[in-house]
Amino acid sequence: MNGRSYAKIIEQDRLCEGIFRLRLAFSDTDSIRPGQFFNLYLDDGRHLLPRPISVCEAEGGVLTLVYRVVGFGTEAISKMLPGESLWILGPLGNGYSLDWLKEDSSVLAVGGGLGIPPMLFLTHALAKQGISVGTVLGFRDEGFLLPEFEEAAPSLYLSSDSGRIGEKGTVIDLLETHHLKPDVIFSCGPLPMLRALKDFAAARQIRLFVSLEERMACGIGACLACVCSTTELDDHSRVHNRRVCKDGPVFDAEEVAL
Amino acid sequence: MNRLETEFCGIRFQNPVTVASGTFGSGQEFAEYFDISKLGAVTTKGVADQPWSGNPTPRIAETASGMLNAIGLQNPGIETFLERDLPFLQDAGARVIVNVCGHSEEEYLNVVRRLNGEAVDLLEINISCPNVQRGGLSFGTDPREVESITKKIKDEATQPILMKLSPNVTDITEIAKAAEAGGADGLSLINTLLGMKIDTRTRRFALANRTGGLSGPAIHPIAVRMVYETAKAVKLPILGMGGISDAESAIEMILAGATMVAVGTANFSDPTAAVEIIAGIEHYLEENQLDHIRDLVGAVEAL
Repeated sequence: MNGRSYAKIIEQDRLCEGIFRLRLAFSDTDSIRPGQFFNLYLDDGRHLLPRPISVCEAEGGVLTLVYRVVGFGTEAISKMLPGESLWILGPLGNGYSLDWLKEDSSVLAVGGGLGIPPMLFLTHALAKQGISVGTVLGFRDEGFLLPEFEEAAPSLYLSSDSGRIGEKGTVIDLLETHHLKPDVIFSCGPLPMLRALKDFAAARQIRLFVSLEERMACGIGACLACVCSTTELDDHSRVHNRRVCKDGPVFDAEEVAL
Repeated sequence: MNRLETEFCGIRFQNPVTVASGTFGSGQEFAEYFDISKLGAVTTKGVADQPWSGNPTPRIAETASGMLNAIGLQNPGIETFLERDLPFLQDAGARVIVNVCGHSEEEYLNVVRRLNGEAVDLLEINISCPNVQRGGLSFGTDPREVESITKKIKDEATQPILMKLSPNVTDITEIAKAAEAGGADGLSLINTLLGMKIDTRTRRFALANRTGGLSGPAIHPIAVRMVYETAKAVKLPILGMGGISDAESAIEMILAGATMVAVGTANFSDPTAAVEIIAGIEHYLEENQLDHIRDLVGAVEAL
């Protein structure tokens, strides 16, 4: 049966201060959907829990993950070299559901901070489906993946808190300045951004999907560590707690309390 | 001949390896990774008489060779368990140990009664959860309370009962003797050790609950010592757990006196950890030309 796989590092590079891109050999990239994530394991006997990292790109047997160094685990991974291998599990989670979109739907992919990398995969997937997509990215200060987005995105809007990249301000400022009013927004980013997007979308009858983050242990839906509050009873425990890893990480913004 | 076949509380299991409650759900999620009927048994997440929402997040934090959790026993309650989870386990061909939790004596008994006559091999009574305010740990630290609740549950249960003991006591053998006096069929130990982690960057508690239960290899030597002491103090068979992460740590627990063992936190490091440990134990028997796993139970010798 399936389980973890030992994936070889093809390439690893530093995109900007503290942010790294890892390219791994993974045979079944066709099975991966935007918004899904992989567990990365250190297997050092000291750091027992996997690091869940969202997929930035997946094509032709190459899985690309972009992550920020936030502690020992991600730092150890950032020091690994091409040719070395590490244990991974995935793809995990549900990702963004795109099947239901109509060809004439207008869609925005909105990413902030470390929610930016999965927007690259999503932008590619939407464009491939022939859907008109605008990509809206909010950086903190330094930019990353800009050449990749410029190539992939038919229309790209950039902002940063510091003003160093694109327009100074937030992704909400971009949406307002450019009078962007899509039918659907797919988003990933820090909680304050998602909350602001939820208000923005609710006021304009835009359907919003958010990808959530929560501290995880197993990543497969068993441990119940990474729950989020939901408006309806969840299927697992019949309370109001859906599992970010298994039921998400992407949710309809209407069904989760942010 | 199956060298791993294990008799425990009068029931035959194909091997001595189960999973620790709360690390395996009711098996559904792990069934995507391996055939769960290969386990000696599946021990379920704690089941209460009603759905429990659990604690606020963050509920877990990694620590050196371990982790803290304060999930707070989120579970769907006995009705959903009987309607959905138990049939799933039966269809999967798994043997079943149901972990029972409650805030009060009556809540434990409600679950035990609803399980009367159901296709469940054993009940593991969680009187030792450090993460719920009432019940849990408060039942498990007073010998008189332990004897009394054991007796009441034993009177109502149709399956053999294991009392799951807390390590957060001065002398675990006192609690073990109380459970034995109350009529327990076996013991399960250890539950997690109460711990705390503080994030020095934010200067805040790592867990919303502030404290949590420590598990993983960090607690293994404590678990081995407590299983050893308990095995000496009582006649009951022991389901040993606490930091089992490979065949070696499982065998260590058996040598200390455990008849069965449970794999817990290791399930989070690798979803197939438990079946790999079964294969590793088999390999150990072969390599050491041992006839049967039962010969290793409590077989540790003095230096």
